Amino acid sequence: MSASAAGPLEVPQWKRFVSLENRYIAPIFITVILLAGHLSFGILESYQKTLLAIAASIGTELILSRFFFGKWPNLASAYITGISVGILIRSPAFWPYAVCSIVSITSKYVLRVKGRHIWNPSNFGISVMLFLAPETLASLSIQWGNYLLPMVVIWVLGSVIIYRLKRFHISGLYVASFLVFAFLRSWLTGGPWQAEIAPITGPMYQLFIFFMITDPRTTVRSKTGQCVTVICVALLEMVLRLHQVVYAPFYALFIVGPSAMLIEMWLDSRRASAAGATVAA
Amino acid sequence: MKRGPLARIILAIFFVALVVSPLFIKRMAARREVAKSRLDLQTALERHGFYLQEVSHAAGVNFVHQGPTLDHKLDHIMPEVASMGASVSIVDFDRDGWPDIYVTNSAEGSHNALYRNQHDGTFKDVAPQMGIADVNKPGTGVSMAAVWGDYDNDGYEDLLLVKWGRPELYHNDGGHGFTRVADTGLPAWVNANSAIWLDYDGDGLLDIFIGGYYSEDLDLWHLNNTHIMPESFEYAKNGGRKYLFHNLGNGKFEDITEKMGISSRRWTLATSAADLRGTGRPDLFVANDYGVSELYFNDGRRFREVGEKTGVGFAPKSGMNVAFGDIGNQGKYAIYVSNISEEGVLIQGNNLWVPKEGSAGDELKYENLARDMGVELGGWSFGAQFADLNNDGTLDLYLTNGNVSLDHTRNYWYDFSKVAGGNTAIIGDAKNWPAMEGRSLSGYQQKRVWINDGAGKFVDVAQAVGVTDTYDGRSVTMADLWNRGVLDVVVANQRGPLLIYKNTVAPENKWIEFELIGTNSNRSAIGAQVTVFWNGQRQVQEVSGGSGFCAQNQRALHFGLGKTSQVDKAVIRWPSGKMQTIEKPNVDEIHKVTEPA
Repeated sequence: MSASAAGPLEVPQWKRFVSLENRYIAPIFITVILLAGHLSFGILESYQKTLLAIAASIGTELILSRFFFGKWPNLASAYITGISVGILIRSPAFWPYAVCSIVSITSKYVLRVKGRHIWNPSNFGISVMLFLAPETLASLSIQWGNYLLPMVVIWVLGSVIIYRLKRFHISGLYVASFLVFAFLRSWLTGGPWQAEIAPITGPMYQLFIFFMITDPRTTVRSKTGQCVTVICVALLEMVLRLHQVVYAPFYALFIVGPSAMLIEMWLDSRRASAAGATVAA
Repeated sequence: MKRGPLARIILAIFFVALVVSPLFIKRMAARREVAKSRLDLQTALERHGFYLQEVSHAAGVNFVHQGPTLDHKLDHIMPEVASMGASVSIVDFDRDGWPDIYVTNSAEGSHNALYRNQHDGTFKDVAPQMGIADVNKPGTGVSMAAVWGDYDNDGYEDLLLVKWGRPELYHNDGGHGFTRVADTGLPAWVNANSAIWLDYDGDGLLDIFIGGYYSEDLDLWHLNNTHIMPESFEYAKNGGRKYLFHNLGNGKFEDITEKMGISSRRWTLATSAADLRGTGRPDLFVANDYGVSELYFNDGRRFREVGEKTGVGFAPKSGMNVAFGDIGNQGKYAIYVSNISEEGVLIQGNNLWVPKEGSAGDELKYENLARDMGVELGGWSFGAQFADLNNDGTLDLYLTNGNVSLDHTRNYWYDFSKVAGGNTAIIGDAKNWPAMEGRSLSGYQQKRVWINDGAGKFVDVAQAVGVTDTYDGRSVTMADLWNRGVLDVVVANQRGPLLIYKNTVAPENKWIEFELIGTNSNRSAIGAQVTVFWNGQRQVQEVSGGSGFCAQNQRALHFGLGKTSQVDKAVIRWPSGKMQTIEKPNVDEIHKVTEPA
């Protein structure tokens, strides 16, 4: 997850702050979700673990950005990564929160192709931890009361914000794809369709849909490419689910997201080569 | 990037090291596992000070639990929704000075068993003659738990049987038989797994607490619909109601739950009471499935829920056990609550609630030290009890576990986790749950026997000392079954055999036991505290009217003493408030103490 980039606006500063194009909207939104979830249901197992995840994330970002880019970074992205780790992983131990945050942020500086990091940081960190340390941590899957009202509020609020950020098509198409594939799974397995759509009614998916798959830094640029990518994520998730993989959405994005980025880069370089050849000719 | 290749290489190495760090941690843990491998008995005795041998058949006990079969609308998930009912409690019902064993069965028409101690290493089921075998008749529900208390102070322990069905009180007729007490004031129907005896107001008469699980409105054999499941996996409040019954002294009980400030509808699976603040009154700890635990401070005229304030009611888990133990020999109780941990899916971790340094009384606060002390991960944990298994002077912890053991190769966790995260309209309706189709759900799990090193760590020695079964364990009790000065372990397993682990302890370790008889207090002495002082140490224990999961230990309190051959004193605080000090009581002896007039 990462904060959205926003172009400069010729408006007063206070107006920029309250506008939805503000890069702090995403951090504010995720904080609101966290606070609402905690104040209504007490979702945080401990404040310390969430704070540890945020602190580790921000600290790593500060150090690495300063060291490698020579500048102090905007911390919105690191904050979202930290808070996402704090919400999305569940462990009685403290160390997974710190390690997951540090791995997530460090991946941005290590796993780069042509100057771009290709994995969504928290998706990378959480997937790695779930895969390598299943005896120590799990992912959020059962929180927030399972009730309708908080879910509707988050969906509506999230949809409005994502729409203003011009990324609603990604979230909307993912949800539509998930539902189609859920019914397909139900038909294939003979299980109740309610069980197949159950996961998307939970809070883990709200964070996944609003913050992870829409991350501007790690999604392809073209709208068509984004749509194809997100359908592929849902499709791979279905395949993984048919093999009873509990954390199918994380792993699907882990595989499809960077693959799409690499394909886009490859296509870009081909176009650039072709354009260069044309100019040369 | 501004930095050159070297910096980037160093960062890459750091990154790879970080990514593989969980594997390193896992490898270290695996090395520790080697220490848990099986040992021959003599080596176990030398290394750990005890070993356990399963002797149920030799002892004449061949009981196999039968699980409930509920309404056919639940057939597709029957193993999960009907996964409880195996329970065991210890009682000396005939006052011959030897512990007997009562064990419940849970199929309609099945029989419970009362194993009378034959004093020769064997037991004999006398439940049919005593009238407490055929208690699972169709239409009355099936047994879930049994606890013993002398509610009329006539000297014989009476039986409270809770069911998914009609709760029943049986009067002990002088050790010769039992008569079901009519018109007790108990409800006509509850779906409860948890019940305890306690004298909450210190009037010398034992009262009753029952914690409902499924709603009491449900007859689980005749359902109108399938909306019976929790509304949430972690925040459910649509379970059974709680009941606090005041003993009126004439064989009748008055429902005073609401008056006393208890109104929860969480899904209770375990309850126990102990005086946590030194007030002389029992406080109540309630462990709930699908939600947070509750702690009720007993203010005499009212109970006050302080779970969140004290720290124990903050993180929702799947509470299935409540056991108290003075694990640090500091004169205060830690509380052990079992939960679910399944690798790769759900890591709740069990809770060991230890009083925070410097907090006491109304400002009592707890912190969870399960991870630090090494008793956090126990699979799908159920019953657990503290007991000094090797008589070394510190309390150890026995935990049983395992939920549904069916097909070894296929498990239900994926489908379970899928639905558990769903909206209440989905999770709350059993028909939305995928069929189990013979799959296991945290089955075939290894038990834990954690021995206390006295320095803040517990080490699992289950395999080493002979606890190798992998049944779906539910209820654990501790009893000195043959009056040898060691605690044996009895375990009830769901759809499995009743196991009796006979304990052999290094003979150089001393012990002392106290069997208390109340006079002004309730005769069972439930709520009495004994503090033993020896060799600069002290340990407190309390007579319990039910603890663990659907279990009750022997009435007598057992203290291991290590190699010390002298106890300085034992201080008894009776439920009536009377204090009694016994100077230099003999070690290696069971002391029968009657409350002074």
